[in-house]
Amino acid sequence: MRSISVSEITKQISEMCIEANHFLSPDMKKVFDSSIEKECSPLGKQILGQLEENLVIAGTDRIPICQDTGMAVVFMKIGQEVSIEGGSLADAINQGVREGYANGYLRKSVVRDPIERENTRDNTPAVIHYDIVPGDRIDIMVAPKGFGSENMSRVFMLKPADGIDGVRNAVLTAVKDAGPNACPPMVVGVGIGGTFEKCALMAKHALTRNLEEESPIPYVRELEKELLKEINCLGIGPGGLGGTVTAFAVNIETYPTHIAGLPVAVNICCHVNRHAHRVL
Amino acid sequence: MNKRIKAPISREEAALLKAGDYVLLSGTIYTARDAAHKRMQEALDKGEALPFDIRSNIIYYMGPSPAREGRPIGSAGPTTASRMDKYTPQLLDLGMGAMIGKGKRSQAVIDGIIRNGSVYFAAVGGAGALLSKRILSSEVIAYEDLGTEAIRKLEVEDFPVVVVIDSEGNNLYETAILEYQR
Repeated sequence: MRSISVSEITKQISEMCIEANHFLSPDMKKVFDSSIEKECSPLGKQILGQLEENLVIAGTDRIPICQDTGMAVVFMKIGQEVSIEGGSLADAINQGVREGYANGYLRKSVVRDPIERENTRDNTPAVIHYDIVPGDRIDIMVAPKGFGSENMSRVFMLKPADGIDGVRNAVLTAVKDAGPNACPPMVVGVGIGGTFEKCALMAKHALTRNLEEESPIPYVRELEKELLKEINCLGIGPGGLGGTVTAFAVNIETYPTHIAGLPVAVNICCHVNRHAHRVL
Repeated sequence: MNKRIKAPISREEAALLKAGDYVLLSGTIYTARDAAHKRMQEALDKGEALPFDIRSNIIYYMGPSPAREGRPIGSAGPTTASRMDKYTPQLLDLGMGAMIGKGKRSQAVIDGIIRNGSVYFAAVGGAGALLSKRILSSEVIAYEDLGTEAIRKLEVEDFPVVVVIDSEGNNLYETAILEYQR
């Protein structure tokens, strides 16, 4: 057994919350550069230019890229040969969020109860997804999620007979309805298969995939490309003010499902598609 | 070409703005988002006054991140306006000059904009660091307990916005999409 202390996890999570809110991953930066050339609308180009300038200011002056520094979504892949020592893992993760959001001057956007709505004032609790995997390492992905785009996300419980055209319609419907509200250009995470909650989780996880990677499944890879093309023909454009760059990418994950179902989840992310990744 | 507007904004100035205009806004504006709108509605329901004179004033739908030392404000981009739709028609009828946010509005809000000769601006969503540089000062004037959702009085200079819905009800979100649809 390899032992990892909870204090180490707290420290890492804290740093990752701050990092993710000030710096996008290199693949996101690249896609910004190439999209300015692709955009046909002059206003769209101008907005993309502002968004690039915004990224520079965020990194240089240490101002969060977006004021909605999100609810902290944490994917933990824990090796089964790791022993976590010194306290509760969930407490350690939440302490990391607490410290990161305080020390990084990040906005506290979490309310304790969905109806009573009193702010917890430290952005806890995080939404944590645990996965137990072989090995002796802990793989951590911190993905702060803003709610402008989260609110436009959808789950569709399709029929098997709806097939791939049904999936295509579902994704296009979600993106069309989202329009300017989701702060386009978007990254579109899609989960196909599994159960009601499994497809939603896949859609969320798909947002963390490197934009330069493709699905290993041939038909999924094709679907990703076709959907991106169709989304960019909708005319929504940067900021929803018209244009030809409505999405940067469509990332799809799939999973086996039941003979009676075809669940599809569409998790939309704005152009501030944030995630920090570390392996302990 | 960029138009320059000084806030607060009169009906006459609003009438000159057309959907699609790029505007640089300077002057005094006020922030309010979900929780502050709920409180303002409760105040109006009880017959109380709003925390600031809404006539001709501009509400910016925004809740900033905390300011670092020496800065007036943290990241400060617009939030989704449709969540305020429920409260907006009454504020328009009370004389609100304009709104800054992002995203679609309800028909009731659009009708209110036309009825009162107001205007809805969009700022670029997700450009909070850039927009913070155009804010010269920020002061909490009401509902301090709401934290980021408190009402703030901001002084802005050359704050970039686009007219999305003008006083005649023209809606850039609808027209611009048609232009680039294929």
